[in-house]
Amino acid sequence: MAIKFEVNGKPAEVEVEPRLTLADCLRHHLRLTGTHVGCEHGVCGACTVLVDGKAVRSCLMLAVQADGAQVVTVEGLSRDEGLTPLQTSFRKHHALQCGFCTPGMITTAHALLSEEPDCDADRVREVLSGNLCRCTGYISIVEAVLEARAAYKKAAP
Amino acid sequence: MKLPPFEYACPTSISEAVALLAGHDGEAKPLAGGQSLVPMLAFRVAAPSLLVDLRKLEELRQIRITQDGVALGAMVRWRDILEDARLATAHPLLVAAVEHVAHYQIRNRGTVGGSMAHADPAAEMPGIAVTCEAQISVIGKAGSRVIAAADFFQGPLMTALKADEIITEIRLPAWLAKHRFGFQEFARRRGDFALAAAAVFYDDDNGTARSAHVGVIGVGDRPMRLPSVEAVLNGQKITEAVIAKAEAAASAAVDPRDDIHASGAYRKALVGVMVERALKAATA
Amino acid sequence: MKNTFIGASIERREDVRFLRGRGTYVDDLQVPGLLYAVILRSSVAHGRLRSVDASGALHVEGVHAVITAKDMTSKDYPSGVPIVPMRLQPLPEFQPYEQPVIAYQKVRYVGEPIAVVLASSVAVGEDALERIQVEIEELPAVASCQAASKNHSVLFESTGTNRSLTFEARKGDADAAFKAAPYTRRERMRTGRHYGLTMEPRGVMAEWDAVNNKLTVSGAAKVPFFNRRILAKQIGLPESAIEMIENDVGGGYGARGEFYPEDFLIPFAAKHVNRPVKWIEDRRENLMAMNHARETEADLEIACRRDGTIIALRGEVHTDMGAYMRTNGAVGARNAPQFVTGPYRVPHHKVDSHLWMTNKTPVGTYRGPGRFEGSFYMERLLDMVAADLGIDRIELRRRNLIGKAEHPYTLATAQPTNAHDQTDSGDYEATLDRCLKEFNYASVSKLGGKLIDGKYHGIGVACFIEGGAAGPKESARLEVNDDGTITAYMGTASVGQGVETIYAQIAADALEVPIDRIRHVYHGSTGIVSDGYGAYHSRSVVMGGSAVLDAAQKFMALLRQAAGKRFGCAESKVTLDVDKVIGDGTSLPLKEFAGLTAEGAFLNHKHTYSYGTHAAHITVDARLGHIEIVDYVVVQDVGRAINPLTVQGQVIGSLVQGLGGAVLEDLQYDTQGQFLTGSLADYLLPTASDFPNLRCFVTEDHPSPINPLGAKGAGEGGIVAAGGCMANALANALQSFRVQPRDLPLTPARVWQLVQDARQ
Repeated sequence: MAIKFEVNGKPAEVEVEPRLTLADCLRHHLRLTGTHVGCEHGVCGACTVLVDGKAVRSCLMLAVQADGAQVVTVEGLSRDEGLTPLQTSFRKHHALQCGFCTPGMITTAHALLSEEPDCDADRVREVLSGNLCRCTGYISIVEAVLEARAAYKKAAP
Repeated sequence: MKLPPFEYACPTSISEAVALLAGHDGEAKPLAGGQSLVPMLAFRVAAPSLLVDLRKLEELRQIRITQDGVALGAMVRWRDILEDARLATAHPLLVAAVEHVAHYQIRNRGTVGGSMAHADPAAEMPGIAVTCEAQISVIGKAGSRVIAAADFFQGPLMTALKADEIITEIRLPAWLAKHRFGFQEFARRRGDFALAAAAVFYDDDNGTARSAHVGVIGVGDRPMRLPSVEAVLNGQKITEAVIAKAEAAASAAVDPRDDIHASGAYRKALVGVMVERALKAATA
Repeated sequence: MKNTFIGASIERREDVRFLRGRGTYVDDLQVPGLLYAVILRSSVAHGRLRSVDASGALHVEGVHAVITAKDMTSKDYPSGVPIVPMRLQPLPEFQPYEQPVIAYQKVRYVGEPIAVVLASSVAVGEDALERIQVEIEELPAVASCQAASKNHSVLFESTGTNRSLTFEARKGDADAAFKAAPYTRRERMRTGRHYGLTMEPRGVMAEWDAVNNKLTVSGAAKVPFFNRRILAKQIGLPESAIEMIENDVGGGYGARGEFYPEDFLIPFAAKHVNRPVKWIEDRRENLMAMNHARETEADLEIACRRDGTIIALRGEVHTDMGAYMRTNGAVGARNAPQFVTGPYRVPHHKVDSHLWMTNKTPVGTYRGPGRFEGSFYMERLLDMVAADLGIDRIELRRRNLIGKAEHPYTLATAQPTNAHDQTDSGDYEATLDRCLKEFNYASVSKLGGKLIDGKYHGIGVACFIEGGAAGPKESARLEVNDDGTITAYMGTASVGQGVETIYAQIAADALEVPIDRIRHVYHGSTGIVSDGYGAYHSRSVVMGGSAVLDAAQKFMALLRQAAGKRFGCAESKVTLDVDKVIGDGTSLPLKEFAGLTAEGAFLNHKHTYSYGTHAAHITVDARLGHIEIVDYVVVQDVGRAINPLTVQGQVIGSLVQGLGGAVLEDLQYDTQGQFLTGSLADYLLPTASDFPNLRCFVTEDHPSPINPLGAKGAGEGGIVAAGGCMANALANALQSFRVQPRDLPLTPARVWQLVQDARQ
């Protein structure tokens, strides 16, 4: 099936089998390998992307379901040069070690902070409870997200 | 864990969707949020020949609140429920339960219709539907019909739906000002399926409880109302003694099996505690 | 050596690519003509493999080939299907229990590889699996140490026993000590099966260049040089013909990077069909194919004087090893009996450790192998002893902690491997004091056992040591780049612990240049140093870092020699200043010496011992069996923290893994050896909302005397004492019920049952 959608602001057209997940489409057809696959059954959150502005598990979406949608991956949440305030905060707080869960964390945190720049630690933990990390123990990730709130508050109208 | 092969259709009308389901000999499945169905495909425990994507059926996305109650279109997502400010008063028990559903990303995609059709015995929405005596509207090649929640769930992952039928709407009776309610769930981690949960509401008639509704999930092969517990509550003031009796009646009424997460004996005791704490919350 | 960068909390350079989604993990690699491997795994736990008929699979469009054991019984493989040899403790007794790379006479666990499908896509390969006909004559499954010990059903007919070995840990004369002891206590305890699940599952990509007879394998981790040695032997190529490339690695924890069957099967497949082949493990596979760990039962007895001084420890540990002896499978089973005493002074020690083969996934190491289990046993015993003798449990620990004047303190010796070990340095009691202070033990401990707002409060304390820095050797090489910057090439491996930054810090200080002059740090791949070892046993900083120091010394010597000649001055007059080499009144940019390279090494046969204390304040909802952590403090002395930020990350990260093992994680089988925890909905990992209240304090009071950095391996301390600490806190909380937890994990159902049993 031919599908057309927008990825990180650019149009994408791919020919896919209906059974191809959005995660695999992004990684293998579009070579956007920043989105990672950690479980393929909707638990670990490493595959989180934004679809029409909402954080979703791309391993649970069919690529064909993204037809007509706007998809944003971690690459689309990054700058050409340097790091965004959220990424800078992660680095400052040592909120990553092996880096495998990191794109999912960044994408989910970005979605949360974009809608709720005033979220508190409990809310951050609740939202990130759907993203598994095996290296950090989460404390530094929560701290990083909380510090990044300031940048999203400034940006909010 | 790649999905098995299937055909895919994305109809733009309900009748088209029904026709597609009817035309595939029981081998087609509707696709709503995909949060329950896609993992089943990934583990290859389901292999439908056709997936009928319901995402273009806009008429299934409404939340209608009238004096008759709350009508949730089958494609209403958990997020829509949590964001609809009217529901805080229009159906606080529904909101309390939905707050326990899964995780942030899943709540952005998962639907009420999908959860009902999937019928996991530990899922919150089926529990609310049964407790509140919901009416489930479905449509298939034989036309529309309404199924009462009590008849809808027939076993683990089994419902009264025929292969060509889709849920269009779930209607919860109007939430009355005299309702007192509580919802208690215990899961291993936040967002996990419940080890056991209880949804409770009754009419407060000048301190006396009437028309008690007690529903539980996670302790049987389907969500259940517990009439023996309701009988303990009806016509009584909800005192500590009555609550203790209700707890005992709840444990006695269920016979859960052992599984990898907990023994049957544990769940039996747990559901009693859930009922007890739900009642304490209701009286608070 | 100035310490500008060593000791500083420098932000990691590797973070930049990870945060931007530009890491390169093995599944991110693509080459033209790639075939995808999908593995057919046994769904039977124990049986005779009668036949494998792949003809149906070959008819599926997109399937290129199916590999079975038959393909390895040709003239190229005169000894038949290759066997994966053990890397650590490779005793002759273990040989019959080593794993063939593919099943060929028997299957011995659910998940054992039976066939490899090579297809145009993973999806097609999985479709084809269903068409492979496998005939297995089922045999009775052995699903526990108890069942194994009966030897009714034996996994390996050649030996006739399911017990592959017994380790003996000995010191002094325990039996005599017990005879004379005024007080003893004996307990049976168990730790549940769990493992070092990595967020990135395993993967291997192999490319065979038939023209140049060269094999390139990507997806290497942990011990690539050793794995190359094994592969070379198995596949019949010289080591020089094989390159193992380590890319970015999504976690290791002891489990990833050992030589698994797939590490032969995929390169073999690539050579067999002369096409590049990639295999990426999915999560369903990972749960049943990556090394399991930690399932032990112990029957231990402690002997003390009336004042609580420990006299002796004796008993037995049984480890459920799974179906085969993996490359490092014996480590945990040897460590548990040898290091069960932890940081405590125990003059007489006699603990036997029996290794039982069962029809389950084979066992390997997981962070703190055997030490997590040992700490649980010891810490539980100490709290019980304290209660029996009416001694405060903190005081009891003080009396028995190895004192700072006692180092090196000799630990028990393990036979038959003749493993001697001793502590290096440290003031264990000082970390206890610091922990109690930070934890506010004096006031918080008063809550122990109290019921407040429907929850019981409990306090637990546990002390630990962490063995690190395994030798024998490590290599590092420094080279001047064309632009005058410097690259460090490491023989150690990265598993996510931040080595690129840490080695840059060490090299920069050793050469006294700004850190950005160390432009690149490469690690793990076999092409970059002559002789590398890898990342295990918390050795990367000590071994790799010390090798960097040696390399820097040799580099400067070479630079002085070369510059001295160029400048015509004495070597001693040459200095390096940022990017300039300065001689006797003259200078040249360092890039004039591009290509100058020096390799250094560090040899070591002793272990470092980082140490510390855990303290936990929990609440228990006895009706739910639910435990919540109110506060948890870890104090760990690491000798020298090269990068305090990353050390803290190791402590908290390993602590949360330990809490997972203490409370959540449990790999389960039924009595037929059927694997029950087949998804992440069944195998429960800690999430961000489970353990929010954790704190750690890293101290550097006692550098290690056994390496020039003074550092100690510090990646495993957070995990070692977590089980014992939590179980002690639970016992403390439920003391009014006289509950004694003896089994991990402390699931709600188990905690609830303890309370019910106590009520009877």
